[in-house]
Amino acid sequence: MAHWLEETENMVYAGRIKVPYRWYVGEVGSRFLTTLRNKKEIWGTRCSRCKRVYIPPAKNCGECFSLTDEWVQVKNTGTLQSFTVVRYSHDMQPRSVPFAYGLIKLDGADGSLLHFIGDTDLDALQVGMRVEAVFADEREGSILDIRHFRPVGGGDSNG
Amino acid sequence: MDRIAIIGVGQTPYERNKEDTFDELVFEAATKALADAGGEIGDIDNIITVSNDFWDGRTISSMAIQDAAGCQGKDISTVEGDGTFGILYGMMRVLSGSYDTTLVVSHMKGSESVMNLITNAMFDPIYQRGLGIDATSSAALQARCYMEMSGATEEDFARVSVKNHKNAFNNPNAQLPLDITVDDVMKSKKLADPLKLLDCSPVSDGGAAVILANEKGRKRFKKDPVWISGVGHLSDSYTLGYRDLARSRALTGAAEKAYRMAGIKKPLKEIDVAEIYDAYSYMELMWYEGLGFAPEGKGAELIRSGDTGPGGALPVNPSGGVLSAHPVMVAGMARVIEAVLQLRGEAENRQIAKAKTALAHGINGPCGQAHCVYILGV
Repeated sequence: MAHWLEETENMVYAGRIKVPYRWYVGEVGSRFLTTLRNKKEIWGTRCSRCKRVYIPPAKNCGECFSLTDEWVQVKNTGTLQSFTVVRYSHDMQPRSVPFAYGLIKLDGADGSLLHFIGDTDLDALQVGMRVEAVFADEREGSILDIRHFRPVGGGDSNG
Repeated sequence: MDRIAIIGVGQTPYERNKEDTFDELVFEAATKALADAGGEIGDIDNIITVSNDFWDGRTISSMAIQDAAGCQGKDISTVEGDGTFGILYGMMRVLSGSYDTTLVVSHMKGSESVMNLITNAMFDPIYQRGLGIDATSSAALQARCYMEMSGATEEDFARVSVKNHKNAFNNPNAQLPLDITVDDVMKSKKLADPLKLLDCSPVSDGGAAVILANEKGRKRFKKDPVWISGVGHLSDSYTLGYRDLARSRALTGAAEKAYRMAGIKKPLKEIDVAEIYDAYSYMELMWYEGLGFAPEGKGAELIRSGDTGPGGALPVNPSGGVLSAHPVMVAGMARVIEAVLQLRGEAENRQIAKAKTALAHGINGPCGQAHCVYILGV
């Protein structure tokens, strides 16, 4: 007689977790996002000790473990430090493929900001390119109030 | 510091779509480790379980598998992170003086959910998650940072994939042995430039367990010990963009600590075999540099030299590495287990002759935010 397991259909239980969250963005996050929304300006915080400028703003400096309590405006332009063109699709992506992420070192900031690169030929992206922020027309106080960054001086509209 | 021994190891084969529950994976790994050690559950003083709630799809996943880990009458604590950090905690529990033995067990079923959605959720919800970034696209950004810094090429990354997938033929637990060429990797499906399908580790299921003991506790078991002669662990900034992605100062610091403790001055010469966390091909080259196997920016030269291949001066990932099986949470523990098997001379077809000193390495957090390095010896 066959073992019972050989006559058993393997079952799976398909489920889904749906939990709404409301994440407080913090004092510095609130100021950063409202300034993006209201003024189309990018502001960061500067460490009082090492003078490092954080974008998005940090409440304390990870290097010095001291408060970053000075606000500074950085430029809406910067330099592309890295990029990738994404060619696979998943539900969490707000754009359809292919699309590009960049790490952008904004003029006046230390470190770099993760965001989309658009309005350009994605196959022509290069580290070191100068890019500028393109703001969304309808802004609601989110990181996507910056629609993406594009090469300085514009580009074509493929992105 | 008291010496800590690894006295028993157990792992399931690593596969995609394993037909085991979390409990079954944990029970299999734990009972294999006990049998390997030559002991029983009663010889265990306390237990550490390693798991991740998002991957398992349940709150306090680490508390759900405790019957399968042998918890009755024992204190259990939990780690949410790579298995190397679970071992670290287990080791600290013995060093605390409260326990003489610890069982550390980890499990993962990557195939039951969606890797990209799960890893998207490891990023900050305010600034980064909404962009859709995940483990692979963030790794791609890091790979390019590393290429810019070092001059390493996509072909160099491919060499890692070719080596490790070929090594996997010698490991019966590996999921993805492949006989491939650099050209095959280069022509594999583009996922997120510069990374292609064969630069990326697979989605995997599996479980692993180790038993740790001090001098007193090890006498409960029949197996000869492998000793932890050095350990180092460090973390760096969480936010992508805040830290230098091309150079891992956390790994450099962790390795320096482990080497100092173990008395290692020239790692490339003094270490006989290394098992390191190559979740993506380029990572192996970066970790060569962080571990001091190669100078900064010279990781590609080391893979090209063949020194980290079979028969080389320092074979790296003779098991096939994480590229050949990537049960998240478990994979770093599997590196430690592989190092133990090498030092015992039990690594079968992947055995490195006369291995006396081994290195095992694990990572945690996006793009190798935290690192844990072990030096093991007999």
